[in-house]
Amino acid sequence: MSPEHGAAVATALTNYVFPNDLHVHWSLMIVLYPYITGIVAGAFIVSSLYHVFHIKSLKPVSRYALVFALAFLAFATAPLLNHLGHPERAMNMMLTPSPTSAMAGFGYIYSAYAVVLILEILFIYRPTLVALKKKARGGMKLLYGILTMGSDNLSPEALRVDHKITAFLAAIGIPMACTLHGYVGFIFGGVKANPMWATPLMPVIFLLSASVSGIAGIILSYVVIRRYTNKPIDMNCVRTLIKFLWGCFILDFVFEMLELFSHAYMATHHWEALRDLYLGPLYWSFIVAQVGIFSVIPFIALGILSLVKLSDKIVMKWGSVLSAMILIQVLLMRWNVVIGGQLMSKSERGHAVFHPGFFTKEGIVVSIIIMTLPVVFLWLLSKVFPFWLDDDPAVERQST
Amino acid sequence: MMKGIEQEISRGRRAFIKKVLGGTIAGSLLLVIPAGAMELDRIPEQIPGMRKEKGPFITGRKFAFIVDITRCIGCGSCCVADKNEYKVPDGNYRTWVERYVIDDHDNVYVDSPNGGLDGYQEPRRDLPHPVRDTFFVPKLCNMCEHPSCVQVCPVGATFQTEDGFVLIDYKRCVGCGYCVQACPYSVRFINPETKTADKCTWCYHRVRKGLLPACVNVCPVQARKFGDLNDHGSEVYKILHQPHVISVLKPDMGNKPSLHYVGLRREVV
Repeated sequence: MSPEHGAAVATALTNYVFPNDLHVHWSLMIVLYPYITGIVAGAFIVSSLYHVFHIKSLKPVSRYALVFALAFLAFATAPLLNHLGHPERAMNMMLTPSPTSAMAGFGYIYSAYAVVLILEILFIYRPTLVALKKKARGGMKLLYGILTMGSDNLSPEALRVDHKITAFLAAIGIPMACTLHGYVGFIFGGVKANPMWATPLMPVIFLLSASVSGIAGIILSYVVIRRYTNKPIDMNCVRTLIKFLWGCFILDFVFEMLELFSHAYMATHHWEALRDLYLGPLYWSFIVAQVGIFSVIPFIALGILSLVKLSDKIVMKWGSVLSAMILIQVLLMRWNVVIGGQLMSKSERGHAVFHPGFFTKEGIVVSIIIMTLPVVFLWLLSKVFPFWLDDDPAVERQST
Repeated sequence: MMKGIEQEISRGRRAFIKKVLGGTIAGSLLLVIPAGAMELDRIPEQIPGMRKEKGPFITGRKFAFIVDITRCIGCGSCCVADKNEYKVPDGNYRTWVERYVIDDHDNVYVDSPNGGLDGYQEPRRDLPHPVRDTFFVPKLCNMCEHPSCVQVCPVGATFQTEDGFVLIDYKRCVGCGYCVQACPYSVRFINPETKTADKCTWCYHRVRKGLLPACVNVCPVQARKFGDLNDHGSEVYKILHQPHVISVLKPDMGNKPSLHYVGLRREVV
């Protein structure tokens, strides 16, 4: 018997999972939930970079980022509701919340954030919506009437008030977006029974990965939609977004590695089990995929795109590819945290196995549907809220 | 209720009429309503004074559960009793028994096939070295003084009673599974039939009627013990106040379990 073979046999013999830990309770749905809320928070931050921090080059995507955030926000609760054993009781979380629960705040934080985001969109789009209302007929006219909140007043005084409101909403929106996703990280970070989750770095990592997923989502969708509709791409905007993506990803990746390093360096009595988890069931999805391929490559390549003078074509092409890689990296991170954390039995003597079903209630097909819904909704929203300034009737009117 | 009345009638019309005549109509109804209680009277009270307790919650008592590892023989009777009491769906465990085997190379092997439900009838034969020591560890809800599950439940469906039980309101539970994640002892699961969280209750329904938990009742070697720590005559009080080797699981979690183990070994998690 070779030593390696002997070790494998010993591992198989010593592998003990508590009987109730054999079943992974938080499935793909709970992987998607922080993924979607992260994209929402990140997209909002892109918009705020223009509206609050006046990064002028981001103007072309500043409004689109808000609508993009709304499209995903609308479906953030879809995986949760599908996961709950009793979704008909979901409102109990808001009606009779338990104040000690880290989860009970989600309904409030989510709803408050939704209100801020919707109001921000309506006020920023108000001149556009008024112009569209004048052109529209029938049902669309009624819809625009509701969305303009019954006010067609576009006097300089009214627009000044609008601007004040949007600046205020964007300003409170930033801490709210950070709270939303930092809080989602805390839902995991506050579970002391799970040594992989229970780290104060968890909210930080969730927040930073949210930022990168949002920015990457905006870059990829901006380039794809503009190309698909044969419209010019504002490369200054794309280059700025790539720089922000790189900056956020430096922090994100460094903190992700710091978390792992902290576990390894402190080497508490949990470390042995954690090490076996990372080197065992999570070897391919964490070490190879998340870190090796989808972190290291974008980490270096985004730096090159940000620092080296390259042609627009290369920046556009590689910016999109790297954004797609970052979106996969964040999805892998969600998987490795949510599923990975549950694979380590609380016996700390073994690992469970998880294979998502294909057609099951919380399986792969349903996951794909849930991830497609925001994209479909975004397309529907594009029929109401023009994404870009070059197809905005209000902008045309002002310029002519 | 009607069924109860009919049974009474069939048992002896004359006796029944006497009972009716003996009191008012309301009084006679009271005689038949607690039909279960009448049956219960035939079973001796196992927890002294419990049947005199009034009110929805018991106050002035502090219940504790003790598992004596040095006694457990791994027969699995407790698991069978538990499964029968609650019709626990296969693959989920309110209680289970682990088998620990330590070999002469100090390797620790733990298993719990089917949660020990079938009993450990055969020794492990798959180990490479001679066995130096072996013992069984029954597991169940730790009824923590600071329960993580109660802390994290977003709707208050998991709650703590004044007498120290941690219970679940199955009509409020949303089935989010947060308590399953939060429990350091993995005693919780999502019941595939009710779609709610579920776990060991230390047989609260039996305790309220003065009966011991089902698993305690059936243990042939008295490895499981249950009682009131405020009753200084109780066995649990005596054990916890005598110089035994007693510990709780994962004490560094800070949950302060009310489940104590006599002879707990350092290998046990």
